[in-house]
Amino acid sequence: MNMEQASSKELLAYWQAHLDERARSHKKEGKLVCWSAALAPTEMFIAMDIAMVFPETHSAGIGARKGALDMLEVTNRDGYSIDICSYARVNLGYMRLLKEYARTGEKAEALAKSPAADVPLPDLILTSNNICNTLLKWYENLAVELDIPCITIDAPYIHDMPVPEYSKKYIVKQLDHAIQQLEGITGRPFDYDRFLAAQEQTQRSVKQWQRVASFLNYKPSPINGFDFFNYMALMVIGRGEEFAEIALRKFADELEENAKNGKFAFGDNERSRVVWEGIAVWPHLSHTFKSLKNQGSLMTGSTYPGMWNFEYTPGDLMSMAESYAKIYVNMCLDARAQELTAVAKNGRCDGMLFHMNRSCKIMSLLNLQTAEIVSKTLGIPYATFDGDQTDPNNFSPAQFDTRVQSLSEMIAKK
Amino acid sequence: MITLGVDIGSASSKAVIMKNGREVIAEAVVQAGTGTSGQKRVFDEIFSLSGFSWGDIDYTVATGYGRFSIKEADREISEITCHGQGIAFLCPSARTVIDIGGQDAKAISLDERGNIVNFFMNDKCAAGTGRFLENMSRVLEMDIEDMERCHFLATEPAPVSSTCAVFSESEIISLLSRGVNRNDIVAGVHQSIATKACALASRAGIVDDIVMCGGVARDRGVVDAITKKLGRKVTVAPHPQVTGALGAALLAHRTIK
Repeated sequence: MNMEQASSKELLAYWQAHLDERARSHKKEGKLVCWSAALAPTEMFIAMDIAMVFPETHSAGIGARKGALDMLEVTNRDGYSIDICSYARVNLGYMRLLKEYARTGEKAEALAKSPAADVPLPDLILTSNNICNTLLKWYENLAVELDIPCITIDAPYIHDMPVPEYSKKYIVKQLDHAIQQLEGITGRPFDYDRFLAAQEQTQRSVKQWQRVASFLNYKPSPINGFDFFNYMALMVIGRGEEFAEIALRKFADELEENAKNGKFAFGDNERSRVVWEGIAVWPHLSHTFKSLKNQGSLMTGSTYPGMWNFEYTPGDLMSMAESYAKIYVNMCLDARAQELTAVAKNGRCDGMLFHMNRSCKIMSLLNLQTAEIVSKTLGIPYATFDGDQTDPNNFSPAQFDTRVQSLSEMIAKK
Repeated sequence: MITLGVDIGSASSKAVIMKNGREVIAEAVVQAGTGTSGQKRVFDEIFSLSGFSWGDIDYTVATGYGRFSIKEADREISEITCHGQGIAFLCPSARTVIDIGGQDAKAISLDERGNIVNFFMNDKCAAGTGRFLENMSRVLEMDIEDMERCHFLATEPAPVSSTCAVFSESEIISLLSRGVNRNDIVAGVHQSIATKACALASRAGIVDDIVMCGGVARDRGVVDAITKKLGRKVTVAPHPQVTGALGAALLAHRTIK
């Protein structure tokens, strides 16, 4: 593939496939593979040449390719409650099928026909509760089921901003401990030079990610916010490696070019701009996008992709700890409202759509309160809809359409 | 100027013909909703009642779950906006609307001009909706009128879950087999619906006057349960089942005015 000439979309697809291939090669060569939470500090693992796989992204991919139901059936059979996060259930189902395959050499039909990206079983686990506490038990279960080590970074909930010093110190201690754990697992001394390089690379990737986000401010907008969701995969899987920076720079360049040439996401049909708060409904991504498009409503704001804005000083663990703690869903109501207000302002949004996500209690819990605050601050209406990030059973397209149309009508009345 | 508003819901089809956005010429309700013969029948009935035909209609607005299936409609508008407008026309002092239809329960907050300030709807679940009431009436072998009568004879409403329509059905069967008084079970069913509706209303923000509409508002037992739960006066809109269609006819008039 000619990287220079490839479009950002091609680069995105290439790198996603390449990373899965790298994980499979690592496994074959006896090198380590780690399954990691999406917002855990992966820089340390890159430093130790460990191939990373991200279960949340993997589950989202299965959901988007309409393969979630088979995996959900497996976890349902295993006794996991349907009230548990569907990312967790899809991933635990996938792990169960992979484990059975590794044990028996026979691939279950659900795995053979699954549209899931082919990734290997892990040798170790990395998790952090800076997103939610389900991640602790989910990843702990993975480690117990597979009898492998689990490295955990406990990021205390931020009740008041700024992040308290004791919280940062507590996280730094855990980062130090994780380094020792990694030395024990790999049997090699920790590579501090590569660790610093991965931190520096993360900062360069974040800069390009922020550059992409800056186009949400253009009116009309050259970027459709749903693309923002898709490209977010690069920040999850590769922020500490150069390819994320390259692909995101390409994407930002394309957007710059489009803006210059008057090529906008909705052409001349951008009638309103909305915040989408929460995770995408991956199994119904196309329906949700089209429903908004039918109303001329372009999504130009969401706090979700912004969670990967890991800005910190390379080499300074206190700064890195603060960045990994300061995640939208790990912060108090005031901080959330401030951030969402900034996102809605940057996207020049006329309304807000809140995903009351049956899977993600932590993201949905403060939605109504946040909505009230931001709605009053900016004088824009909002609507909520019920859905789920990966369980297609928990979403009703007709109900979604009614809410989206009603919101558009409220915006039009303003 | 003659306008037609049509509301094709999940359980029934409703239509209203208006003159000059002020006078209701005719209204029709057919107890069959989207995807059934209800759509054709409601047009037959409204034209028969009014003496009009399609050629007399200047503009048609469709609303409800079946709004996109009406080929004759000039425009589709959401039921939230239509109910808001319909209620504002009928009860100008209304600020909170509780609308319970076949598969939807909604709470709408209105401003003084009938514009939507806020709204909340039920989840993907039939508990607390008209379908729930219908199922319960089937299990209890009563029609809705009987349920209304029984409600006011109850002494101690039986606890009926508001979490799931299917589980509620089995709860009622269990209450019946335990010999619990039917009046108390009916009142429990109404309380269960009220619990769901009041939770939605609380989210939207409860401001007087509170007006109920939708097919379920015809059951005074439900209205009584909601009134008691809110501890505030709740008025039922005149012709509560057609407020959405009425709003659609009004919005049709405003569109072409």
